[in-house]
Amino acid sequence: MRYLGIEPIRPRVGVFSFTCCEGCVLQLANKEETLGPFLEAIQVVNFREISTEKGADYEIALVEGSISRDDEVERLRQIRDQAKVLVALGTCAVFGGVNRLKDVFSPQEANRIVYGDQSRETAPIRAVHEVVPVDLSIPGCPISKVELERIVQHVALDLPWQFPEYPVCVECKQRFTVCMFDKGQLCLGPLTRAGCDAPCPAGGLGCWGCRGPAADPNHAEFDALVARRGFSRAQVQDRLSFFGGFPTEGSEEKP
Amino acid sequence: MLFKILTKDGFEQLVDGILESNEVIGPKRVATGANGKPIHQYLPVTSFGELDLDYETTEFPAKTYFLPYRETLSTFHFDEADWTQEIRYRIQPRAIVGLHACDINGLLKLDKVFGRDAFPSPYYLSRRRNTLVVGIDHMPCEGGFCQSVDAHVVSHGFDLFLTDLGDRYFVSIGSDRGFDLVGKVENREVSEDDTHAYLAVRRRISDAFKTHVRTQNLPTLLDLEFDSPVWKRWGDKCLSCGSCAMACPTCYCYGVNEEVSMDFTVGTKVKQLHSCNLVDFAMVAGDHNFRPSRESRLKYRYYHQHRGFAEAYDEPKCVGCNRCGRVCLAGINPPEVIADLHEEDRA
Ligand code: SF4
Ligand code: SF4
Ligand code: SF4
Ligand code: SF4
Ligand code: SF4
Repeated sequence: MRYLGIEPIRPRVGVFSFTCCEGCVLQLANKEETLGPFLEAIQVVNFREISTEKGADYEIALVEGSISRDDEVERLRQIRDQAKVLVALGTCAVFGGVNRLKDVFSPQEANRIVYGDQSRETAPIRAVHEVVPVDLSIPGCPISKVELERIVQHVALDLPWQFPEYPVCVECKQRFTVCMFDKGQLCLGPLTRAGCDAPCPAGGLGCWGCRGPAADPNHAEFDALVARRGFSRAQVQDRLSFFGGFPTEGSEEKP
Repeated sequence: MLFKILTKDGFEQLVDGILESNEVIGPKRVATGANGKPIHQYLPVTSFGELDLDYETTEFPAKTYFLPYRETLSTFHFDEADWTQEIRYRIQPRAIVGLHACDINGLLKLDKVFGRDAFPSPYYLSRRRNTLVVGIDHMPCEGGFCQSVDAHVVSHGFDLFLTDLGDRYFVSIGSDRGFDLVGKVENREVSEDDTHAYLAVRRRISDAFKTHVRTQNLPTLLDLEFDSPVWKRWGDKCLSCGSCAMACPTCYCYGVNEEVSMDFTVGTKVKQLHSCNLVDFAMVAGDHNFRPSRESRLKYRYYHQHRGFAEAYDEPKCVGCNRCGRVCLAGINPPEVIADLHEEDRA
């Protein structure tokens, strides 16, 4: 279907999973009401969740998950070599995600807790961009299918895509959620990039920052305002480090 | 203006009468804040009892019933050779009950922007004309400075306006349809006692304001203090979260996005309210941003409220409800920011 006279591009897409829960890739197959046209807008050549096809002629690689083993590094490099465009899909791929919590333990200690005496190979968690260059990062734990559809439409029509730079609060207010802080609870909404439609404050959990920082997050004022409301440094640091998207105390590098 | 007296029961019957055929929106208690105070929102009700007319303020402004946060402006249907456009702005008639004077003044300001001039907005006007507005007097809300911007009283822009005289309402009638509604329930003429009681209540309200903002000559002061360090001081605190504009009854800045259906056969123009405090608000092609700093963005929100609008319409855009101050997690609020500017002027 031509849109405004433009013939949409149907890019060949490969989908690849690394260390994660595979929740983001599952999002690709969600939202049944538009699943048909979604899968028509792209050509899936490699996606084990929905097809047995294992093509190697993809132009766009969607990569979910973080990197935690040497064989994953090798596989990721091969994908990078093949793909024209490599997309980090979801918080694990973009920031390391919840997997990063493992790194508070040594690999030996982490192994002992999870596998007992059946120890496995594991290295400190890396986000995809820490291993190979990434062309587009789509954050979210899991990613938003609505947002992904819009990104795909931009790719199909060859238009530049722009994430919102503003924080989650905008979308939170626009759905009339009572502010978590008014209820005496913590929320990372003022620091976190919007685009998810703020489901977590609406669900009573507050934002945990899975989409990572909004443009120019005001950490100094955020620290001050949470302190004024009686939250401890530890509580706030805990929340900020949960998805690996924010610089936290003691972390050498800014993601 | 016409005035009548309604008993409290009479007013309940009046609202019940509207409810029989139309949607009624009003202040509803939705939660209790960590500070122990109830939190109210304007929401549809199914019975009179759900209204809490004694509320102090609401978290969100009533503007969202006239200028929704998101609305579809038009829809385009494409087929290979042709396309059709569909525009819908009609709404079912409805009533909004229990607005305070500041919020009705807010609507009057929006009327000036969207209801007049060369290009009135049919989307806004359809909602405004099809919404019956019933206002009510109340004691000043915490931090409210509507009196300083002349928004604590209102003489038009509503259908009915109630003042609570204890066992009865003193009703100001602002329209024919308001007059008809009052005529449908038991009512009586205003006596001299009623007038005295009404004026006494009005005086009690006027005397009860604790928060004052010096607005004399404010547009000029703002011009003089364009480079004041006050902006940096407050701007450094700003989270650029836009909550102030979302909560403000008169902030109306917006963006329009085109959304396309996944099968590329339908396109929609969607309008979404924005805020001049957001980083992306003044972003233009080529990644240029002509308000790159928090300080400049915060400053321009104040300039629109108290200078730009005042130049265009001879009155500030701000109605002094202090919703922006209450909602701001960083504690940025007009009474303190404007007081600081006056201080700076003296220093
Ligand atoms: S980002 Fe979240 S949903 Fe996506 S793969 Fe990681 S853990 Fe799963
Ligand atoms: S609940 Fe969180 S996201 Fe929502 S307005 Fe409050 S701080 Fe912002
Ligand atoms: S509200 Fe916060 S934690 Fe929830 S999806 Fe959005 S960014 Fe992620
Ligand atoms: S003034 Fe307050 S509410 Fe407004 S954008 Fe800044 S931090 Fe957010
Ligand atoms: S600027 Fe603040 S005080 Fe003024 S009308 Fe808007 S929300 Fe109310």
